[in-house]
Amino acid sequence: MSDRDSSGIENSDNDGNFIEVRDLTFYRGDRVIYQNVSLDIPRGKITAIMGPSGTGKTTLLRLIGGQLKPDSGTVKVDGKHIPNLTRKELFALRSRMGMLFQSGALFTDISVFENVAFPLRVHTDLPEDMIRDVVLMKLHAVGLRGARDLMPSELSGGMARRVALARAIALDPDLVMYDEPFAGQDPVAMGVVVQLIRLLNDALGHTSIIVSHDVAEAASIADYIYVLADAEIIGQGTPDQVLHSDESRLKQFMQGLPDGPVPFHFPARDLCDDLLAGVK
Amino acid sequence: MVIQALRRVGSKGVSFLESFGASGMFLFHSLFAIPNIRNNFPLLVKQIYAVGVMSLVIIMVSGLFIGMVLALQGYNILTRYGSEQALGQLVSLTLLRELGPVVAALLFAGRAGSALTAEIGLMKSTEQIAGLEMIGVDPLRRVIAPRFWAGIICMPVLAVIFSSVGIWGASLVGVDWLGVYSGSFWANMQDSVQFSDDVLNGVIKSIAFGFVITWIAVFQGYDSVPTSEGIGQATTRTVVYASLAILGLDFILTAVMFGDL
Repeated sequence: MSDRDSSGIENSDNDGNFIEVRDLTFYRGDRVIYQNVSLDIPRGKITAIMGPSGTGKTTLLRLIGGQLKPDSGTVKVDGKHIPNLTRKELFALRSRMGMLFQSGALFTDISVFENVAFPLRVHTDLPEDMIRDVVLMKLHAVGLRGARDLMPSELSGGMARRVALARAIALDPDLVMYDEPFAGQDPVAMGVVVQLIRLLNDALGHTSIIVSHDVAEAASIADYIYVLADAEIIGQGTPDQVLHSDESRLKQFMQGLPDGPVPFHFPARDLCDDLLAGVK
Repeated sequence: MVIQALRRVGSKGVSFLESFGASGMFLFHSLFAIPNIRNNFPLLVKQIYAVGVMSLVIIMVSGLFIGMVLALQGYNILTRYGSEQALGQLVSLTLLRELGPVVAALLFAGRAGSALTAEIGLMKSTEQIAGLEMIGVDPLRRVIAPRFWAGIICMPVLAVIFSSVGIWGASLVGVDWLGVYSGSFWANMQDSVQFSDDVLNGVIKSIAFGFVITWIAVFQGYDSVPTSEGIGQATTRTVVYASLAILGLDFILTAVMFGDL
């Protein structure tokens, strides 16, 4: 089955996968971030991407969003090979994506209300009263309807990320990418955000990718989990399969064990050699 | 040793060409995208206010003092030859042809150019540019293009204001303080200043300066390393590159316009 969208690009149903990554290799300078990584993000499901810090989880989201180009391999979103899209096609596709950035990435010169209204204003012709209703509903969902007139500089980090979450879902996009959605949230807000992501996914049927370190929260809502480390996928499966895996690296990461094959230290030479080398 | 030196020179050359090519593509995408009048016009107005209106004070105060100093210096020299009546002619031609466009552009680069670079650099470091991209909005059209056009529109207006205030300042010193006859001051100015040769050429110069300053400023901001040090360096580069570009371009334009080339 195939059809064409408004930009004239051919779509395929991809056997139920919204995103297909094949043999992805990506370098930052001389450092390998991904070496021949392949993964699928199923349509309409919540997929968690987990792994130690610095393994390239956010980089994967940027590759999917077309902000970075792979050194080799393919990244297909809804059947479209991202690196091959023209600038216009890429921006058209991104209007069907929502992304929650780690920093929130709110526009600092406009209020909370205007930040959430922004995607609606640029991508729709909705009348002002309808934009107001949609914005208030989205802000109510993240518990910040009362903060609509505040400026981003007046928000805490957790609040800013919740406003960014409201902005990411303002257009009810086909794909929502959450980069550390639980970071900096108090227990009540964390519970609400976890519930909201699950609820939105079930109600709207969109595809969700969550990048997170919070094992318990991510596992509680994800349908499928990929664990990345050492430039490869070290484990994948349903939350139950991943949580109870006997694979040593997976077990160490999911259970937060201090000792094991997953290194805590960034690659470096032996400590003694380093200390004895002195100042050159 | 020689090979290494050659390699370094080659590497720097390639890096310069890459940067120049990137800034050219950046310019192309910013300027020649199909404008969305409904969405982009309010952004343009906002930027004209930020870039132009907010630069008015420094432009007017500087113009006033430069006009006054020019009148003082000019009067001292002209009185030696008994030609103080030509003060209006001297001041107006100097301001309209050279000092107005050039000094206004240097001030504009320092005031508005550095602000543009810092603002865009900070937007990059706080992921606002990436946020726009992921919302499906092209930052070159939304952020860069309005700032670019605002710079090109504001620069000639500011240069004309600079020259006008400078001439007024010169009349305050020359006519009201030093006692040059006002009739000869204004009449000589009127006789000697040609609209197409002097006023229009000055305006053309300032449009060219506005284009170059804003191009450098927005590109340096967009291309900056998103750290506090990186943004500081980009802001410095904007002022240095823009100032040198203004002076170099001024020589070329003057040679073409007034040098009978």
